[in-house]
Amino acid sequence: MFDALTEKLQQTFKRMRNKGRLTEADVKEALREVRLALLEADVNFKVVREFLGRVEARAVGQDVLESLTPDQAVIRIVRDELIQLMGSHVERVHMASNPPTVIYMVGLQGAGKTTASAKLARMLRHQGRQPLLVAADIYRPAAIDQLKVLADKIQVPVVTEPSKTPVELAELGKAASRRMAKDVIIIDTAGRLHVDDDLMGELEAMNARIPANEMLLVVDAMTGQDAVRVAEAFKERLPLTGVVMTKLDGDARGGAALSIREVTQLPIKLVGSGEKLEDLEPFNPDRMASRILGM
Amino acid sequence: RQWSDSLYDDLEEILYEADLGAQAVESILDQLRQRVRESRPERAEDVLDLLRQVMVSMLESMPNPYELTGTPAIWLMVGVNGTGKTTTAGKLAERMKRRGHSVILGAADTFRAAAAEQLMEWGRRAGVDVVHQVEGADPAAVAFDTVRAASARKLDLAVIDTAGRLHNKAHLMQELGKIARVVGRECPGAPHQVWLVIDATTGQNGLEQARVFQEAVNVTGIVLTKLDGTAKGGVAFAIHQALNIPIGFVGVGEKLDDLMTFDPEGYVRAILGMEEPH
Ligand SMILES: Nc1nc2c(ncn2[C@@H]2O[C@H](COP(=O)(O)OP(=O)(O)OP(=O)(O)O)[C@@H](O)[C@H]2O)c(=O)[nH]1
Ligand SMILES: Nc1nc2c(ncn2[C@@H]2O[C@H](COP(=O)(O)OP(=O)(O)OP(=O)(O)O)[C@@H](O)[C@H]2O)c(=O)[nH]1
Ligand SMILES: [K+]
Ligand SMILES: [Mg+2]
Ligand SMILES: [Mg+2]
Repeated sequence: MFDALTEKLQQTFKRMRNKGRLTEADVKEALREVRLALLEADVNFKVVREFLGRVEARAVGQDVLESLTPDQAVIRIVRDELIQLMGSHVERVHMASNPPTVIYMVGLQGAGKTTASAKLARMLRHQGRQPLLVAADIYRPAAIDQLKVLADKIQVPVVTEPSKTPVELAELGKAASRRMAKDVIIIDTAGRLHVDDDLMGELEAMNARIPANEMLLVVDAMTGQDAVRVAEAFKERLPLTGVVMTKLDGDARGGAALSIREVTQLPIKLVGSGEKLEDLEPFNPDRMASRILGM
Repeated sequence: RQWSDSLYDDLEEILYEADLGAQAVESILDQLRQRVRESRPERAEDVLDLLRQVMVSMLESMPNPYELTGTPAIWLMVGVNGTGKTTTAGKLAERMKRRGHSVILGAADTFRAAAAEQLMEWGRRAGVDVVHQVEGADPAAVAFDTVRAASARKLDLAVIDTAGRLHNKAHLMQELGKIARVVGRECPGAPHQVWLVIDATTGQNGLEQARVFQEAVNVTGIVLTKLDGTAKGGVAFAIHQALNIPIGFVGVGEKLDDLMTFDPEGYVRAILGMEEPH
């Protein structure tokens, strides 16, 4: 599929076809279009600036292979940089050598934590694990019901008990995992703002009591410029181990993936691609790069 | 600080980082440049204030988002997944009740796990009845029941919650169209308001959301939620620019009371990081 960016770059380079080598002026002009494409894809403004700086340094003076037109050459460099930044191999959710493995799902309100918790439980069960879900969102109306309904569909038990704190619920989850011989505990936590000191403190307290093997930040693919601030703030206070990007079945370009990688270095481990419980997939850096560029 | 044209780059950065997107940023800065050429301000603060004026002038607020047309008035909450539709439905029901209206809620999200239970809890908090059916029921049927109940009981307002749906899923958008049609057949002119709920953290995809929802059901206003975080919700400005949909309310938290009518001045000041005037 030929997209807007490729077309624009082709126009840009039409005048300078077959010049053989990318000059600074050529590259600068081409990168103006790339910049707009990245901003359109919601890559963070500062991240775009740094990213393009690196691309420019790499591109200027480079020989254009005979098989490539200049626009193809620039796109290739941009794509390569993007993929490199996004991690070049498929990331896994790691299991503790000494079970049970404790996995926290954390993030902003409405990002998709509860759904992703159930999806992950399902995925792990299919891999032969014995997961247990902990309903630790005691705030949102019917959050516990929601997790129970989902867990029922995949026949995974849910630990919940009225009037317990989230810390106590995490403890109960751990105890139940022993009792029920479960080897993975997935804790669905309440949505919270990164600037909510009390609720961020609550997650710290949970993790202090029942330490995470994996703490996954769940991020909506539609997120705009704020993604960077959110990811940095969560990472500052919590031992995040990775990111789950949700709602990629939409048509958002998902530039937040790039921004978060750039500022936190966290790997994107899984992506949500639908509302059904089987809609969870490993993250594919290559596909993400094309998507962000709109190709 | 002394103004110099190189500071346009800083302003551009502020606007982009608030999610206004290329088109809105360009048109705002074009107007600002014009104003700067005319009045030749000396200090950077003066230019920032001009920018504030330009942006506020480009926004139009709803004269009265509380206004009820239709008896009963039927409001529909629509939007992509997880933006705050159900929560806002609860907040609106309570707010309208407090303003002296009789209100009912309709749980036409029959798809998401425990969506009806969630709305019923909001109904309890607001002291408002909730029409609902079992999970998996036809959402249009629930909407129909809600309108029926509102008419039969001679209520002022029914607020109907719908399932989150991504705008690129044609069958789900058709389903939404059907809900609106069924409601309109039962009560001429309904739905009288269709609130598109946009999460303030949303980036440029919000524009496409608005476009497609606008096409499927005639969106009459935006509710911009989660403005209590650090996101500025600039995409609502972009939507307003592109599609002329007004912003009616903003959500500023998870409690019943965390809803405000949209204030262009406050919104723009927050985007620009300016203090409220005293
Ligand atoms: N289309 C689509 N919808 C998703 C995906 N993941 C989650 N959702 C939907 O997004 C909405 C929010 O998902 P939840 O799992 O409730 O999100 P949450 O982070 O637990 O929300 P809070 O607990 O309120 O913070 C629901 O409508 C889900 O069905 C996805 O990958 N694709
Ligand atoms: N901080 C904050 N959170 C909000 C606000 N409005 C809603 N939320 C939270 O966002 C999450 C999603 O809200 P819902 O009302 O379930 O969203 P929805 O659009 O109905 O979601 P679906 O039906 O799954 O598509 C919940 O955790 C709410 O408490 C707001 O203004 N500020
Ligand atoms: K969201
Ligand atoms: Mg949840
Ligand atoms: Mg809802």
